[in-house]
Amino acid sequence: MEWVNAVVQGVMLGGLFALFATGLSLIFGVMRLVNLAHGDLIVLAAFLGVAVVEGLGLHPLVTLVIVVPAMALLGYGLQRGLLNLTLGGDILPPLLVTFGLSIVIQNVLLETFSADTRRLQAGALETASIELAGGISIGWLPLIVLLLAVAVIGGLQLVFYRTKIGRIFRATSDNPAVARLMGVNHRHVFALAMALALAVCAVAGILMAIRTNFTPTIGPARLLFAFEAVIIGGLGSLWGTLAGGIILGVAQAIGAQIHPGVQILAGHIAFLAVLAVRPQGLFPRLRD
Amino acid sequence: MSLLAVRGLTARYGDFQALFGIDLDIAAGETVAIIGANGAGKSTFLKAVTGQLAAAPDAVVYDGRPIGGEAPHHIVRRGIALVPEGRQLFPSLTVEENLLMGACVGRTGHWTLQTVYELFPVLRERRSAPGTALSGGQQQMVAIGRALMANPRLLLCDEISLGLAPIVIRDIYAAVPAIRAGGTAVLVVEQDIRQAMAVADRVYCFQEGHVSLSGRPADLTLDQITQAYFGM
Ligand SMILES: Nc1ncnc2c1ncn2[C@@H]1O[C@H](COP(=O)(O)OP(=O)(O)O)[C@@H](O)[C@H]1O
Ligand SMILES: [Mg+2]
Repeated sequence: MEWVNAVVQGVMLGGLFALFATGLSLIFGVMRLVNLAHGDLIVLAAFLGVAVVEGLGLHPLVTLVIVVPAMALLGYGLQRGLLNLTLGGDILPPLLVTFGLSIVIQNVLLETFSADTRRLQAGALETASIELAGGISIGWLPLIVLLLAVAVIGGLQLVFYRTKIGRIFRATSDNPAVARLMGVNHRHVFALAMALALAVCAVAGILMAIRTNFTPTIGPARLLFAFEAVIIGGLGSLWGTLAGGIILGVAQAIGAQIHPGVQILAGHIAFLAVLAVRPQGLFPRLRD
Repeated sequence: MSLLAVRGLTARYGDFQALFGIDLDIAAGETVAIIGANGAGKSTFLKAVTGQLAAAPDAVVYDGRPIGGEAPHHIVRRGIALVPEGRQLFPSLTVEENLLMGACVGRTGHWTLQTVYELFPVLRERRSAPGTALSGGQQQMVAIGRALMANPRLLLCDEISLGLAPIVIRDIYAAVPAIRAGGTAVLVVEQDIRQAMAVADRVYCFQEGHVSLSGRPADLTLDQITQAYFGM
């Protein structure tokens, strides 16, 4: 039963990893940009949540109403003002610039919020749980995180395959130069994609802040989890990213069950195992 | 007045100059062909006109306005649509989605999904297939339909017969009268001289980045064309 419980908890932890990974997957899918500041942007969203909670006294989940649009705006501006300038040629400039951005965000957060460990208090929600047969209990909070992850990814899937802007995202991803011949301003489209990605980062950051302790410098580790989930799932597939997050979560939970010290290591081992057996990931996007 | 008036257009790829002072006119509703050997600069000309290569503002005048050097997505909104060399369909999109991309320009007019499907009925049957799953000829129909969805006043076609069987080429060129009927001017780039002569009101021959000959098909002799085409 302990093991079943570990898997159940792992699935729900995987929901959080999937949310970490979705923005990264989306950005890579649309503009082939590997955003090394992705984890720090999640942490930035978490601290925005802290600021809103402290400033306005809102419930952490309600801060989403402010943090999601704020991060989306930041994403649009960041892409238009900075990241677009790095695209189109070599792969090195975007890597260097987003790496620099990662360091800048960490330092700004350290200056503004100090290195103290933080957490957003969600009151009764943190301990509420559903008891299942066999002594397995499912916390409401982890369950909400998982359901939100499914909803976010399902929603993005609808946007990508059922709407005009989704069609434009896919076409621009295929070939920005040809999309421009159809009247598409690729810079605007990339900025919209980044806005969407950072909106998802905002959700991920707030939920992370409620579920776990965090400091200004944990961004790179979140990037690593996100990266592993994307690769496990297969590049360019959002449902694959969800599956990748869940596999990573389950691996970590089983690792923790074996010994608390091997939780993170177990995740990396699962990642390497998938990479060794299926380098293209489990659910790569089918093309042509 | 010309719909498109190109004057002294030059174009370069880095240090390599590909066009040397091209003059070319297209009147509203007219059909013009550009012929020329491989590497003569035909595609480069279309890239410069559609904003994919730098051009001096006054070198490309459309509808009385200098548009040289404008961004591609601005130029197409003015009503110049390109069927690019090699079709360039979006592989992640279905046939219908590819066609709808052409309508992103937001120009309204005769051409809609409905009228494009009437022009190329086979595309309606294959509407849900990935664009790249189609035969070469059908892909070319998608590329043409996609450009028409922009409801252009000037349609530029880069080698739409390249690599296709003669019977397929005939089907594709059969669409040209319907396109002209709406008042759209058409510029076709062709290596097939006979095809170009048959469809065009006027012909330009390019050679090494220059216009080596121009005129009405009826006024040109085979010798003149061979001379202008091959430079022999
Ligand atoms: N992207 C490019 N970079 C450098 N040179 C190019 C490029 N594209 C075409 N060229 C050169 O420009 C000249 C004209 O090419 P192009 O316009 O494609 O010819 P055509 O379409 O008439 O066959 C050729 O000499 C070709 O090698
Ligand atoms: Mg060419």
